[in-house]
Amino acid sequence: MAEQVLHIDWTRCAGRGSCVELLPELLDRDPWGYPLARDGSREPVIPEHLVAHARRAAGYCPVLALKLRAPA
Amino acid sequence: MTATLNPRSANERREPATQPVRVGSGPLLSAATADLAEHHRRNGPMPWQDAAVRLIGVLETAGLTGRGGAGFPMWRKLASVGMAERTVVIGNAAEGEPGSAKDRTLLIHGPHLVLDGLQLAAEAVGAAEVYLYVGAGPAEQSARRALAERAATGWDRLPVTVVTAPDTFVSGEESAVVAAVEGRAALPRDRTVRVAERGVRGRPTLVQNVETLAHLALIARHGPHWFRQRGTAEEPGTFLATLGGAVPAPGVYEAAYGDRLDALLAQAGGPREPVRAVLVGGYHGAWVPGAELSRARMSRESLRPYGASPGAGVVIALPGSACGLTETARITSYLAEQSAGQCGPCVNGLPAMADALTRLAQGDRRPELVAWVERLTTLTEGRGACRHPDGTVRLVRSGLRVFSDEVRLHLSSRCTVIRPNENAPAQNRAGQNRSAQVPPEQGRGA
Repeated sequence: MAEQVLHIDWTRCAGRGSCVELLPELLDRDPWGYPLARDGSREPVIPEHLVAHARRAAGYCPVLALKLRAPA
Repeated sequence: MTATLNPRSANERREPATQPVRVGSGPLLSAATADLAEHHRRNGPMPWQDAAVRLIGVLETAGLTGRGGAGFPMWRKLASVGMAERTVVIGNAAEGEPGSAKDRTLLIHGPHLVLDGLQLAAEAVGAAEVYLYVGAGPAEQSARRALAERAATGWDRLPVTVVTAPDTFVSGEESAVVAAVEGRAALPRDRTVRVAERGVRGRPTLVQNVETLAHLALIARHGPHWFRQRGTAEEPGTFLATLGGAVPAPGVYEAAYGDRLDALLAQAGGPREPVRAVLVGGYHGAWVPGAELSRARMSRESLRPYGASPGAGVVIALPGSACGLTETARITSYLAEQSAGQCGPCVNGLPAMADALTRLAQGDRRPELVAWVERLTTLTEGRGACRHPDGTVRLVRSGLRVFSDEVRLHLSSRCTVIRPNENAPAQNRAGQNRSAQVPPEQGRGA
């Protein structure tokens, strides 16, 4: 399976925080409640064992701001 | 939050447009004329008709890079867009950067060079639609006049639609340009696909700065080797520089890549007084210390150690009588105000940075403010649909680095070079309304 990264559409993200709860391995919360990549990258790489969790987090985002995609 | 924003910044946008702009000379500026007959006399007819696709190779040899700030090789952009069908080409003259006046100056003095370049780029990629995107005012009027003149004489093959750019900092950002041409608000968009692949209404789109197009018009006439006579091997050619700040003759001048900063400032009459620092690359740029002006050159390589790049050619001299920290705080406040308001980290992070820097500049002595600003830069960088947060972070980090002595001075006693801003809201002045903690998290605003 090809490597995927987590893309956040910042124009949509409202900081509801469900992704941070569902994907704590990759995401932390910034002081304003927005998701913050733990590795400091723009689009964190999703390790294979977390792909299913990442997909679920994307599906649960109430504003559909989260996307899994191939690295740019 | 708005109480901390500097009241001067509201008028700032108007500064470059209302000041008399001096115009220097060089290969590009000397070829510029607003009259089509004179343009024909000076530069000859439209070159390369029916063979514009060959221009891509010529541009590769010439090494022309984008003059809008990013410096991307033009031939690569043309090549990637040109593979597709029904493409769109946009000449971008939106000049939201307050320190820059070169694009509108070029359109006023030499619209035909820009429009020739636009035609050539459009022919090279077989464009189905061609646009010129420009802020309202004399530049737009000049462009419309020139287009009418060209239509009357059959100079152009492809019709050009003029789209008015709003007067905001981010309106010239590539995805905002596409949005404006589509008839929507000129706001940056989230992108997972490049504009060159999918831009205006899903079509492959070339967005090119108007100065770059003007260089193209001359390269098509005189050849790549003529272009390479100036500049360096890595960064060939000349560029338009907007010189401002503590110089006797602010204006738009032409220089070559590799020129020393002191030589560049000499075109505008040299600094009026010893220069504390020079802001290179505009409000998203970085500071170069005054002591380095005889060493630093306008090239990517030479400016890299300062975290700067030639960008869109903006160079602003900060006089020795001004405080670099205060100026950095002022610009950061302006940039915070110019956030498009779409992305949470930008909406919250930029005003927080501006607030902390303003406090430091105005005499708040809590050392944790510096650490807080540094933390805010990492919380903001790379977390937006466009590069506005990243550009702001570049400026802020540069300010803390280059003016570290002034930061120390502010923390120990007070700044010796400048009084706190008299216009600032009283509650932000030193000694008043100090909360016990570092400015905490702001509310969400996205």
